Amino acid sequence: MRSTPPGGDPQTPGREPAVEVVGLIKRYGSKTAVDGLDLTVARDSVTAVLGPNGAGKTTTVETCEGYRRPDAGRVRVLGLDPVADAAALRPRIGVMLQSGGVYAGARAEEMLRHTATLHAHPLDVADLIDRLGLGSCGRTPYRRLSGGQQQRLALAMAVVGRPELVFLDEPTAGLDPQARHATWDLVRELRADGVSVVLTTHFMDEAEQLADDVAIIDGGRVIAQGSPEELCKGGAENSLRFTGRPGLDIASLLKALPADSIAAELAAGTYRVNGRIDPQLLATVTSWCAQNGVMPDSIAVERHTLEDVFLELTGKELRA
Amino acid sequence: MTAGTGTFAPRPGAAPLPRMIRAQAALETRMLLRNGEQLLLTVVIPTLLLVLFSAVDIIDTGAGKSVDFLAPGILALAVLSTAFTGQAIATGFERRYGVLKRLGASPLPRWALMTAKTCAVLVTEVLQVVLLTVVAFALGWSPHGNPVSVVLLLLVGTAAFSGLGLLMAGTLKAEATLAAANLVFLLLLVGGGVIVPLAKFPEGAQAVLGLLPISALSDGLRTVLQHGAGVPWGDLGILAVWAVLGLGAAAKFFRWE
Repeated sequence: MRSTPPGGDPQTPGREPAVEVVGLIKRYGSKTAVDGLDLTVARDSVTAVLGPNGAGKTTTVETCEGYRRPDAGRVRVLGLDPVADAAALRPRIGVMLQSGGVYAGARAEEMLRHTATLHAHPLDVADLIDRLGLGSCGRTPYRRLSGGQQQRLALAMAVVGRPELVFLDEPTAGLDPQARHATWDLVRELRADGVSVVLTTHFMDEAEQLADDVAIIDGGRVIAQGSPEELCKGGAENSLRFTGRPGLDIASLLKALPADSIAAELAAGTYRVNGRIDPQLLATVTSWCAQNGVMPDSIAVERHTLEDVFLELTGKELRA
Repeated sequence: MTAGTGTFAPRPGAAPLPRMIRAQAALETRMLLRNGEQLLLTVVIPTLLLVLFSAVDIIDTGAGKSVDFLAPGILALAVLSTAFTGQAIATGFERRYGVLKRLGASPLPRWALMTAKTCAVLVTEVLQVVLLTVVAFALGWSPHGNPVSVVLLLLVGTAAFSGLGLLMAGTLKAEATLAAANLVFLLLLVGGGVIVPLAKFPEGAQAVLGLLPISALSDGLRTVLQHGAGVPWGDLGILAVWAVLGLGAAAKFFRWE
């Protein structure tokens, strides 16, 4: 599953992908932040960009937003060059930076109204404020908003101009569960209404919940890309866990299972089988239980989560 | 594009340029006038200095009423405080907090943002000039000269100080800008012929101090308002050179992040 080649999905003729990055290289001094990265984002989809700190997520997104000039490679956003065609592109995209972006003394509602004024057909500001729960702090200066309120304001500013494509850099960092769910709902609604979304996140559940497509970046490259389901069933094998009375004869279970399976008693009365978990294997385990007079109190197939896949691909050591 | 009907169905587009610039200028002006530290610098300090030094004979300002000497200097100080110090500090922190970066991704072009900032500076200066003029008249000021020369000096002076302020804001850290802009304000207040006549300094120093933009502005304004002279081309020339150098360097070296 390493590096599912991007760009495979057919696009509607005459409609370029939302984002098309080929062979992007970006260096800061002697440090290579992005090292030959390929990424294609389909229209009307939500794409989550995952990666450890320093993997190159923000650099990649900011190159798409026109903030960074690529050292090599080709970047097209809605078919346009983010640097050369900036004037044409900017009204069509919405940007949420990782932090900041608002005058310290500006009030929340004032800033959102101002951002709306810069666009030709903005959303209804009052409605957006309501939806993101910013009503109670509409007159509060930005510097006195909580971190979560600042995040929600930045999100509102990114979508108020009715863009075709939004870039959200860690949109739910620092949010409480309610605000997180409000943000998720908004992202789902954006997608349903035909807005393409690119978001970076550290939260695997966020990617699993929202993303049609996940790109895992490490060392400045995309090391895996696919739907959350594809990534999870891909490389890592799954396991089956059941409980019964302690001290069952593992050797006899193994004889019944396919040759490449592994079985173990993890704790007294808890057993795990690793291998190719399919209906046939499940039937084998239950019939073995029946033959041995074992009543499994619980039996469950354990799928690998996106987090397992992520850690497997990017390693478990801490990053700077 | 999918013909969507939902709330968020894309309908992108930039607002007309005049509307964007108007809105941005209004926002920038509100930010300036809402900021307490800025008001201290642009309103309270010049007014206090004008009243204090006119009423109390602290500095020998030569023949005539001291307000006639002081008012032109204080007007120059007002331009310095808004176009240079205030703008440098505000822009430095906008850069630091990603405001300039975020606006860079909006439909507002950069030149339009700078135009809006200039409008905000000019609006603030008009308010300052009105206030200081009223206070000066109350103190017995009797100005002379052609108002057109005065406006010309104020405008070229604003250009010179804006260039220097933006150069500082766009190259230094916000904290360094804050410190340096205040220090420069203080030094120019003392050494730029604002309240202390340049004649008080040693002759060698006078020649150098006379080339400072603040000295050219206060001297030019004084030549017109106190002595009723025509257009002070020498002072205007000095300010124009500073404006070209400052704005040119700012355009070249300004970093948006």
